Amino acid sequence: MSQSPLQVSRKKRLSRTASSIEPSGIRRFFDLASTMDDCISLGVGEPDFVTPWNVREACMTSLEQGYTSYTANAGMIELRSAIARYMLDRFQVTYDPDQEVLVTVGASEAIDLAVRATIDPGDEVLIATPSFVSYQPLVTLAGAEPIPVVTDADTKFKITKERLEAAITDRSRAIMLSFPNNPTGAVMNQEELQAVADVAEAYDLLVFSDEIYAELNYDATHTAFSALEKMHDRTVLISGFSKAFAMTGWRLGFVCAPADITQAMLKIHQYSLMCAPTQAQHGALEALQNGQDTVTKMVSSYRARRNYTVHALNEAGLTCHLPGGSFYAFPSVEATGMDDETFAEKLLIEEKVAVVPGSVFGEGGVGHVRCSYATSMDALQTAMGRLDTFVNRHKK
Amino acid sequence: MTKDKEVELIRILEHNGRIESDVLAKMLDESEEDVKKTIQKLEDDHVILSYAAVVDWSKIQSEESIAAMIDVKVTPQRDVGFDEVAARIQRFPEVSALYLMSGTYDLSVVVEGQTMAGVASFVSNKLSTLETVLSTTTHFRMKKYKHDGVVFNQDEKDRRMVVSP
Repeated sequence: MSQSPLQVSRKKRLSRTASSIEPSGIRRFFDLASTMDDCISLGVGEPDFVTPWNVREACMTSLEQGYTSYTANAGMIELRSAIARYMLDRFQVTYDPDQEVLVTVGASEAIDLAVRATIDPGDEVLIATPSFVSYQPLVTLAGAEPIPVVTDADTKFKITKERLEAAITDRSRAIMLSFPNNPTGAVMNQEELQAVADVAEAYDLLVFSDEIYAELNYDATHTAFSALEKMHDRTVLISGFSKAFAMTGWRLGFVCAPADITQAMLKIHQYSLMCAPTQAQHGALEALQNGQDTVTKMVSSYRARRNYTVHALNEAGLTCHLPGGSFYAFPSVEATGMDDETFAEKLLIEEKVAVVPGSVFGEGGVGHVRCSYATSMDALQTAMGRLDTFVNRHKK
Repeated sequence: MTKDKEVELIRILEHNGRIESDVLAKMLDESEEDVKKTIQKLEDDHVILSYAAVVDWSKIQSEESIAAMIDVKVTPQRDVGFDEVAARIQRFPEVSALYLMSGTYDLSVVVEGQTMAGVASFVSNKLSTLETVLSTTTHFRMKKYKHDGVVFNQDEKDRRMVVSP
């Protein structure tokens, strides 16, 4: 007699790899903050501008004209050429649009592709932390080991040669960097990046440089990692349209890398995604061709809000370094004697202001909170007022 | 304060004239005293002329006014060109804006009044009777969609998720 289906013991359903990663720590705060009505959120990791109208209009025009089919796997050649021109004009790096540029579904896909195309199980990837929540899980998903290299307030959240070298082993394959940084806002200048380049050269490492915030650099000109001497051949430069052009929901990024790596990423991309959304590519082309003035205005608006936020945080008693880029301030909550999780939770419940605990971005973020100033000046002023009250009430 | 900062200060005030000097000081990374001094200088130099609210009068029915844009052709006068006639027109309290234009007419006059008849009477009795005025074409404004960069009746809801990475 055959076994009834009820008696069959259930096979495991989830892979070991999927089980090995945790959901993002941001999720819990999202759930908590979502239940509050009049909460002011400084927890949003995206611009408060709507995508510029000319970009939205270009997308609509592409629909009207019937551009609804796939594009080339690597993205429309017009867009790849525009990306190559943009990278040359803005950051003085040369890429061949045919072989060295790939249009991706957000910079997030580009990070995943970079890791999967170059890293083997057992390899180690050095990741500067605190940093964007995806890096470590994506390395884990590739079967490799993420090795955090901690940056902290002492180094102004910049990665140093000494700390990098201390983390290197025979299995080290790559360094993952992201400057201007999410969550700290730290920026590394050419000289500081050169120290990292020297390590990459000395130990024969690849560098995944996530430069999604390159345009949001308030006090200096951004240095592309691949612009450093000998680094073009070692760098996978990841970027996209989300932050500079306020296009987060469009999910459009790109990656510039040596041809062998780009073509390996393209293989994975063509099987998993086919191509980035066609309408988003049309919008992105318009952004690159006619969007720089809008970027300049947005940058100026962020700069003023950054200045205000950092002054207000320091006045409230939360020590905060001046972040050179992105749209985050990363103050220490030490003055209250609370850990960052408790601080964020109490602030949300008592004052209805949402910030993100620094520890969700990795070890180096402990004791800090991420405050996004990509919100209106009115909201920022109210939030800073509430924060000041909160800190005074809880000061050690 | 550097010229760049001064321009930034003006741009901020152009969008929000009510912003307080201590907040401006933080935004510009300058001392409050410097900000106050610069604003005073800008006011003295007539760079900043006034601070006004952008009002949607259509929401206050009893006060809703009529506005017309009038294209005016005039005869320019020796030595003073259009300035003398412009100086006469701008003095009328009914005139809320006045511009010298290129193209098929010379002056664009924006007139506001309580009634259509009032505006019409201003045009026929006061404006077109000026001796240098050759002709006028009056366009009544039907609805205000955007004024001074501010969109009227806009739903400015923040559509972003409350917390995101």
